[in-house]
Amino acid sequence: MPKKVLETKNLNAFYGDFQALFDVSIDLFEGEIISIIGANGAGKSTFMRSVAGLIDKIDNDINFNGSSIKNLRADEIAQKGIAMVPEGRKLFPSLSVEENLLIGSQTKRSGPWKLSSVYELFPDLCDKKNIPSNLLSGGQQQMAAIGRALMSNPEVILFDEISLGLAPIIIKNIYQNLPLVIQDGMSAVVVEQDINKAIEISDRVYCLQEGRIALTGESKKLTREEISKAYFGI
Amino acid sequence: MDWVNSIIQGILVGGLYALFAAGLSLIFGVMRLVNIAHGDLIILSAFLGLTVSTSLNLNPFLSLIIVIPAMAILGYLLQRGILNKTLGNDILPPLLVTFGLSVIIQNSLLELYTADPQKMNAGNIEVASLSLPGGLNIGWYPLIMFIISIIIIGILQFIFYKTSLGRAFRATSDDQEIAQLMGLSKNHIFGLAMAMSMVVVAIAGIFLGVRTSFDPAAGPGRLIFGFEAVIIGGLGNLWGTLIGGIILGVSQNIGAKINPGWQILAGHIAFLLVLAVRPKGLFHRMDG
Repeated sequence: MPKKVLETKNLNAFYGDFQALFDVSIDLFEGEIISIIGANGAGKSTFMRSVAGLIDKIDNDINFNGSSIKNLRADEIAQKGIAMVPEGRKLFPSLSVEENLLIGSQTKRSGPWKLSSVYELFPDLCDKKNIPSNLLSGGQQQMAAIGRALMSNPEVILFDEISLGLAPIIIKNIYQNLPLVIQDGMSAVVVEQDINKAIEISDRVYCLQEGRIALTGESKKLTREEISKAYFGI
Repeated sequence: MDWVNSIIQGILVGGLYALFAAGLSLIFGVMRLVNIAHGDLIILSAFLGLTVSTSLNLNPFLSLIIVIPAMAILGYLLQRGILNKTLGNDILPPLLVTFGLSVIIQNSLLELYTADPQKMNAGNIEVASLSLPGGLNIGWYPLIMFIISIIIIGILQFIFYKTSLGRAFRATSDDQEIAQLMGLSKNHIFGLAMAMSMVVVAIAGIFLGVRTSFDPAAGPGRLIFGFEAVIIGGLGNLWGTLIGGIILGVSQNIGAKINPGWQILAGHIAFLLVLAVRPKGLFHRMDG
């Protein structure tokens, strides 16, 4: 039985008085990829943001490697080894591509990822390392955002809307590289709009619907009917 | 020749205005905080320098050894203790709190030092001058002040664009939330930015206190000069701020040449003209 790295127990998350997550219990084991699917507004991003420490008001616990991270700030959680590739890439526009990557290494965690290994994985970035990051194409920006997260040598990497707004050929390329990204015992949570992709790349799937887990199981064993029922709630 | 002389003096004093402005610009750039107490902090540094140099019998410039770290620590604590709590989506709380701070600093200085104008004495350097051909005389002190201002702006520029601290400043300025995801503590980064701003304030305060007399109510006037230099030069552009300071200094001196009463007015008019023609300042924000 592999080690459980991340665990939420009946997680509730709020924006002010509005509750966005209800009793969400999700486990992530070492070396595993789970995907979270669901319609817009189902709470996928809220879940990711809760784990990353960006939601102020959460109930019940989030454990990382057995200790609670519920009361930690986002920067402290990043230091502990959870990295996020945010929705919409969110590179720093006034930093060059290389500076964006270097910011990722600010946590000073040791591991296999450094500038040279990121450039090896994404050679496009090496050619453009000195240009402002907002001049990159969408796909290159996503590579830079992934590279930036890797630079912190995380144990868990969260991909929020990994393929949103990217051309199909770029998405294919990103997914081809994903196994190279998630290795050495790293675990990943992927939020993906494309259900087929989500199932194909993950070990297990969680389907959220209006802030609750509507379905969960091993990706290969779920049927389309089960998924569409959980997804649309009909 | 009188006119050339006026312009040269204006350029030299512009360096000091650029120092007033650089700290202001740095804080605004990193955390979108408009520090209304900035001028009063400059005056506070001048008084601190006065106390240190008179009680230890030091040259005012040597008092910087104490004033710089003291102001930097004060800046860090002020940011962590008070100002960070005011930052958010609303721009009003930091304005109100720094305004209050300005009142508190002015009145505390008034209690401690009375309303009498004070001045620091740096000895012969204040009156020594360099004679140039054509009957021009340049004071050594304004010249040194100008050169040091340029060096300080160069150092700030270097820190901002070439060091990991500067990278963290720029990243936090771009997107605070994502910067935190990268493991940067926003509160600490802001504290460091304020400390750095206060280092510049300390130097500006000592330069000011040697150049002219100052009193507890002199802060807001320095704040205005700082604001004007930042806005003339274009927000977020440090070399632009230097040019802004110079334009302000030259306009003031030209105004004073025409009529001694017009000195301050001429600076404000130059500022208004730039604002009318180029609302975003003369130079663009620098990126990377």
